[in-house]
Amino acid sequence: MANEVVDRGRRRFLTATTAVVGGIGIVSAAVPFIKSWEPSARAKAAGAPVTQSLKKVEKGQQLIVGWRSLPVFIVNRTPAQLAQLPKEDPLLVDPKSEVEQQPKYAQNETRSIKPEWLVMIGICTHLGCVPDFYGEIKPEPFDPNWKGGYYCPCHHSRYDIAGRVYKNVPAPKNMQIPPYHFVDDMTVQIGVDPKEAG
Amino acid sequence: MTKAQTTMKHFLSGIALALGLLVGSLPAHAEGGPAALMKSGADVRDQASLQRGARLFFNYCIGCHSLKYMRYSRMAEDLGLTEKEVMQNFNFTGANFGDPVISHMPAKLAKTWFGKAPPDLSLEVEAKGADWVYTYLNSFYLDPHSPIGWNNTALPNAAMPFPLWELQGMQAAVMKPAKDGESAAVQKLVLSQPGKMTPAQFQQATRDLTSFLQYVSEPAALQRHHYGIWVILFLVLLTFLFALVKKEYWKDVH
Amino acid sequence: MANVFSNIGAWVTERAPGMMPMYRAHMTEYYAPKNFNLWYYFGSLALLVLVSQIVTGIFLTMNYNPSAAGAFDSVQYIMRDVEWGWLIRYMHTTGASLFFVVVFLHMFRGIMYGSFKKPRELVWLLGMLIFLALMAEAFMGYVLPWGNMSFWGAKVIISLFGTIPYIGNSLVDWIMGDFLPGDATLNRFFALHVIALPLVLLLLVVLHIAALHEVGSNNPDGVEIKKGPKGNRWDALKPADGIPFHPYYTVKDLVGVGALLLIAAFIIFFAPTLGGWFLEPDNAIPANNLLTPAEIKPMWYFTPFYAIVRMIPSFLGSAVWGVLAMFGSIVVLFLFPWLDRTKVKSIRYRGTGYKVALGVWVLAFFGLGAVGAGVTAEVIPAWFGNVDVTTWENLFGRLMTLLYFGFFAFLWAYTHFGWEKTKPVPDRVTTHD
Repeated sequence: MANEVVDRGRRRFLTATTAVVGGIGIVSAAVPFIKSWEPSARAKAAGAPVTQSLKKVEKGQQLIVGWRSLPVFIVNRTPAQLAQLPKEDPLLVDPKSEVEQQPKYAQNETRSIKPEWLVMIGICTHLGCVPDFYGEIKPEPFDPNWKGGYYCPCHHSRYDIAGRVYKNVPAPKNMQIPPYHFVDDMTVQIGVDPKEAG
Repeated sequence: MTKAQTTMKHFLSGIALALGLLVGSLPAHAEGGPAALMKSGADVRDQASLQRGARLFFNYCIGCHSLKYMRYSRMAEDLGLTEKEVMQNFNFTGANFGDPVISHMPAKLAKTWFGKAPPDLSLEVEAKGADWVYTYLNSFYLDPHSPIGWNNTALPNAAMPFPLWELQGMQAAVMKPAKDGESAAVQKLVLSQPGKMTPAQFQQATRDLTSFLQYVSEPAALQRHHYGIWVILFLVLLTFLFALVKKEYWKDVH
Repeated sequence: MANVFSNIGAWVTERAPGMMPMYRAHMTEYYAPKNFNLWYYFGSLALLVLVSQIVTGIFLTMNYNPSAAGAFDSVQYIMRDVEWGWLIRYMHTTGASLFFVVVFLHMFRGIMYGSFKKPRELVWLLGMLIFLALMAEAFMGYVLPWGNMSFWGAKVIISLFGTIPYIGNSLVDWIMGDFLPGDATLNRFFALHVIALPLVLLLLVVLHIAALHEVGSNNPDGVEIKKGPKGNRWDALKPADGIPFHPYYTVKDLVGVGALLLIAAFIIFFAPTLGGWFLEPDNAIPANNLLTPAEIKPMWYFTPFYAIVRMIPSFLGSAVWGVLAMFGSIVVLFLFPWLDRTKVKSIRYRGTGYKVALGVWVLAFFGLGAVGAGVTAEVIPAWFGNVDVTTWENLFGRLMTLLYFGFFAFLWAYTHFGWEKTKPVPDRVTTHD
């Protein structure tokens, strides 16, 4: 035994192999712990598509439904409100909705599938507050020329009735439109694109 | 307990006792309990059995019993069913796909009907064991003295009528004559009126139902079995390498 | 690459000159006896389990809800809805039991080879404090899932304090913060389980290892390598029978790590409840203060101590005696260094009386465990037919209790009065190659 010559190469090879295999083990063992931070089945279930009947939403009224813990504004817009939309264009940051804040099928003047129905995530693009709904075209304390839309109480950002942001306010972008589609004339499902729904 | 668990328990008690008493080994079966349990033969890895069990559960049990920890979506994934199949065949309450399985029976109403609300069955097998559930399902008999007309040898005076009677038929009890100071006891159960299924078919059906409830108790069992073997193989390799490294380094030590 | 590392090393050494010497003192230049056997794996394995418990525990707290209303549901949430939550929980439950397996074996090693004897009494006392903290940690952890066994286990164990005369009842209410285990109890146990006791455990483990490295490790021959000849192939001044802990014992301990991981993985993936021994079926039922489980028994690692409570009847109108005996059965372990007076450390060179007594003591420990776990209640009717189970169980359990405590009385007398005939201890460790 005493005369045995230590084979340095073998020792280095075995150590390196074991280190690599052990390293793979440690990384693999870390995966479940990292994955445990993914949204859980409960969170995913809460984020499932939401189906909402529109029957009780009167002209000019807003309904707020929850989807993925976010407030979704559903507005039944009047012809007067719709007629006002193109007139606001010069005052807006992104009147043509070129920034990707909506699915392709909502990239139009009304930012919606059906002109009268606005379906929009009610989160201000500035710092995430929920803007207040001032739908009527009438002077408001914060704007004597108010044409109907949203006013954020946090930092006074203003949006028109299609959720498009006005110039010279803190918010940079139009409010986001979620994926949605119409199940029938008076029922909307939020969270599923029209083509996904088939 | 599953068969494996029971065996394990006896195995371990055997070790503890052999050491404790320095004698012999433990007999395979400890006597006692009102009725010896039947072997369920439930197997959560048999997907077809789980599907049949699920069908039985949603035809005969969901009326009263919830599975509040089990989501429809998880069930579809694990049982190899599509969202459509699950939502059409199993969902009678208009719940969403991601919602848990809740019976539509109002708890208050159930309490007035049965004296107590039917228990949630999410963890029934975990708590009582698959063999117990299987035995229970096979141990209902007609009892004229019971207010609901049914009794059960595995759980005497259970407040539950037998929903599977049209499948099994009706069993009657053969009583042991009463001894002094003891009341009469059930000796065995005999089929007094056949049902739609043969006894063998009914046993298979209750086995399927038990498998399904065992799956519901611990859906992770499917993942455990799936990944376990790879983890073990990896650790065998790693331990082997550790042993080689140890041997190599210890050549220095004389 | 190597340059970068040595530069970082130099940078650190310049600012914290004590770091490298500390690493050397505890790893590369800690000279451990070269004749460690299988029994010497369990210290490092206990450390591994401790680390695993801390990591998995931290991840469990991320989804656990410490309230009477939400705890049980949150455990099922972890088992079903959290990705891989089941694995993290099973690692933690299996780890808890394996912790006691390795700690019991580690302690028995110390007893068998006389590792608690001078100059290592402090190492033993610190180790015993770790064992106490671990028992408290395990008990409180067991309450957290808020199953029916958690609830009744908490109630019964806390009630042990109720047997103390005069203050007992108010003490019980104070521990629970209520008149039954409830929200308040669960919250304080949670705080103690996840923060206070782990800190205490870590501190004690550091002190335990530091104290050991001051005096050096004992070994299966029980000879002091520091008193033997000097000079080995690594250092001319260090003990001839010592080898550097790193790399020799690091690589050796890794083999033990692999074996333990294999056992743990088998349990976690194929038998997480281990037939009711690691996870009890009654804990799959939510806590219910109106429904006592058919048989209230603690987890297996408490059963030998718990059985003693049951075996001692109440007298003089008090149940405190059983509780005193139970705590006594743990406290007496602290006294090993003063009860075992023989200078010879290792069982290899001890008298026959000692070997027999130690064997009987181990059997008594297992016997008490069988009583506490309800194994005897199951087995007596199976073996002996229609007999009075309680009488026979009490008879057996009391005999075991007597043997358990009798061992210590015998040990003291046997070693104090010089009845023991020891064999000559070699000057150096016996190496077998």
